[in-house]
Amino acid sequence: MRGNPEAHQLVAPGSLGGVLELMAREPGEWTPIAGGTELMVAFSAGRLTAPRLVSLWGISELRFIQVTPETIAIGAGATFLDMRRHKVLSDELPLIARASGWIGSVANQSRATLGGNLVNGSPAADSSPALLVYDAEVELISVRGRRRIPYAAFHSGYKSNIMAADELLFAVHLPRRFAAHRQYLRKVGTRRAMAISKVALAATARLENAVVREIRVAAASLAPFPVRLVKTEAALLDRPLGRESLLAARAALLDEARPIDDIRSTADYRRQVAVNLLEEFLLELRRERVRQ
Amino acid sequence: MNATWPAIHFTVNGASCSVTVPPMKRLLDVLREDLHLTGSKEGCGEGECGSCSVRMNGELVNSCLVPVLQAEGTQIETVEGLAVDGELHPLQVAFLEHGGAQCGICTPGVLMAATQLLAHNPHPELPEIREALAGNLCRCTGFMRIFASIQAAAAAAAPSAKGEHHARQS
Repeated sequence: MRGNPEAHQLVAPGSLGGVLELMAREPGEWTPIAGGTELMVAFSAGRLTAPRLVSLWGISELRFIQVTPETIAIGAGATFLDMRRHKVLSDELPLIARASGWIGSVANQSRATLGGNLVNGSPAADSSPALLVYDAEVELISVRGRRRIPYAAFHSGYKSNIMAADELLFAVHLPRRFAAHRQYLRKVGTRRAMAISKVALAATARLENAVVREIRVAAASLAPFPVRLVKTEAALLDRPLGRESLLAARAALLDEARPIDDIRSTADYRRQVAVNLLEEFLLELRRERVRQ
Repeated sequence: MNATWPAIHFTVNGASCSVTVPPMKRLLDVLREDLHLTGSKEGCGEGECGSCSVRMNGELVNSCLVPVLQAEGTQIETVEGLAVDGELHPLQVAFLEHGGAQCGICTPGVLMAATQLLAHNPHPELPEIREALAGNLCRCTGFMRIFASIQAAAAAAAPSAKGEHHARQS
């Protein structure tokens, strides 16, 4: 069945304050819509259930990338093209620019926003693993004020998060301390462009005298929502990088991954690919150690 | 409900338009049904195929995923705006000469994606063309001719730095 535009109300207050007031007046009644790359697909197919939508598109207070000495803040309304085109972001936190280039086609990247990607909360979200290994924080806003929490604590289940009914995702804050880290991101899907990932793995690490002093590993499609792989990290942290720790990390990943069978892939395949990606990253890291 | 619909204003190919339709109506449907610009096509209706690609404020978008309210105040460019006074756009000429169009359903979107690419990158390499066209599916599978047409249009425009270099050498 096709979507019926008369069955949905759509308003555009045009300012952040206007949107927040509406959401405070009738909490839970209004579904925010930014670039529409998720909700309009549901609408076209007649699957959109939200009766009332409030547009975030064109609100400049949400669409920014701000560089300060300590952090880069990305507004929830920044598009993936905005992120790909940003020089400092691409230089220092290249995994985000690279993931942005995977999000559908140019016509999707021009409309899809970072906030939409995170709030939609797909287990396969392309931007999530990169944000997790950069220690991102998310800033939420409502008429009651603002609060910041680690992005790793944002998702609470399959397509659910910890936001209150009157809250909006305002920005993502990224510390500018990863430029010297070894960084890794790889997505495995059916084709390079447009395909939703079967599995994706991101990692950042810093070695000191061949010992892993910092490591973050995160994945998409290994759990109901994108996650840090904390057991895998623990198997590597403060240990010399060698065959022993590599095997321990593989075992830890296999233990903590919770992939499922679905239309895109199988749990077994996802597990296998994830450990292979982890190994690829660790071998890259080891080669770097040899060069040091 | 009709009484609550706002008038929505934007320009299409330079001409001012005003429509009073449900705000959730898709830009694609407004173009085709209300403005009778049927060049933009509906393929998949879910942002995968690119047949409905148009430019909105200079960015390529899938018009099937734009609720028309979000087009308020924007400048829309569609395939109908490429030819000026009956004179074909260089991309259209190249597509004719190089067999870039077969059944024609994907062609309007492909032309808009190519226009977008050349606006930012007048002399793209083949991998850049492939990336820019990744969201436009041709089920006649005429991709090689599409890519060749875009390369020909780029070459027919101002000479590239590379071209000038060759010219100086010869």
